[in-house]
Amino acid sequence: MIALTILYILLAVSIIFNGLGVIGLHRFPDVYTRLHAATKCTTFGTIFMTFTIIAYGGVMYYWNPGQDQYLNMVLHTLAALVAILVTNPTGAHALARAAHKIGILPKHAVVDHLAEMEGKK
Amino acid sequence: MIDFSFPLFLATGAFLVYIIISAFRIFLGPTAADRAVALDTINTLVVASMVGLGAATWETLFIDIAIVYAILSFVTTLYIAKYLEGVKSE
Amino acid sequence: MNRAKAFVSTFLLSLFVYLFLTLAAGRSMIEGTILWSVEELVLGVSVALIVSAVASDILCRSDNYRMLNPVRWIIMLVYAIPLFIEMVKANLDVAYRVITGNIRPGIVKIKPPLKTDLGITFLANSITLTPGTLTVDVDEENKDLYIHWINVTRKPTKTISGRFTKWIRRFAE
Repeated sequence: MIALTILYILLAVSIIFNGLGVIGLHRFPDVYTRLHAATKCTTFGTIFMTFTIIAYGGVMYYWNPGQDQYLNMVLHTLAALVAILVTNPTGAHALARAAHKIGILPKHAVVDHLAEMEGKK
Repeated sequence: MIDFSFPLFLATGAFLVYIIISAFRIFLGPTAADRAVALDTINTLVVASMVGLGAATWETLFIDIAIVYAILSFVTTLYIAKYLEGVKSE
Repeated sequence: MNRAKAFVSTFLLSLFVYLFLTLAAGRSMIEGTILWSVEELVLGVSVALIVSAVASDILCRSDNYRMLNPVRWIIMLVYAIPLFIEMVKANLDVAYRVITGNIRPGIVKIKPPLKTDLGITFLANSITLTPGTLTVDVDEENKDLYIHWINVTRKPTKTISGRFTKWIRRFAE
């Protein structure tokens, strides 16, 4: 029963953070703040989704030892977790750099050192 | 022995709703970069729902496909970013 | 000697990537090959040999082979724990900002005390992974990072990168 409660908590965290990311995608004013909400809250939610699956498979394997389909699931999900962790921030970085290169300036910005540096050149 | 497949199906349904909501940003987005950000969000959500569906039905193949999808969508995002850097207007 | 080192490091890297992508492709626990089957291992080793014979000159250009030390890889794995704690704290902060809409954005320049390319890459990825900060561009000559910050306050270098640099310096410098 404790295991089931932990699984529900992990899944709820995943759903809540994914929802916050999607809300932020519509609520924030410009592309950079949208990147903050969209790519990173959803990354965090997806990490917790993989944690849920890892915990689920681990519990099932603990209760049915010898059934290696559960262990298989855990290991494959670990690989998916690493793939998400490596690829997602790099994609966000590439999008932010492209947005600044084509001249989208951050709205309501208090400082912009990058535009100052490019203005000096 | 616990059966956790129904909550996982529910979570996948919630992710489907999120995907539809973020698709509005693709249509609304004032600049091309906003659309690319929405597409990136949708990719991450698709990976999450694939992992959830795979565990709900105990199909390990879904999770393999999720890994490949994550890597391919990363390459897609990089190419879109490279393309946007060449476009000088809005 | 250098060619041998380049060959060995390319071999290890490509074998590692192959084994990671085919993780848990073994058939059953009874044969004792749950992680990788024997055929998979043989194929992986031969593919890695071919790749390192063809591409070791292209992939290993620098003469610095400090990452062959396994201690650095273990520290890199341990680094996941403080990174995850920072992610949790910062995610709660961004969740609060999504709900209230209370933001003060800006792009700031920080000067991290790291010199190597690998260290800068790790620092930029860690900064992007913790919400509230997002690496926009990197000045490759001076190793400066330009960071979009959702709530600009004083002392950007210390606040953003101070919690990561002492860890990254241990394995990447």
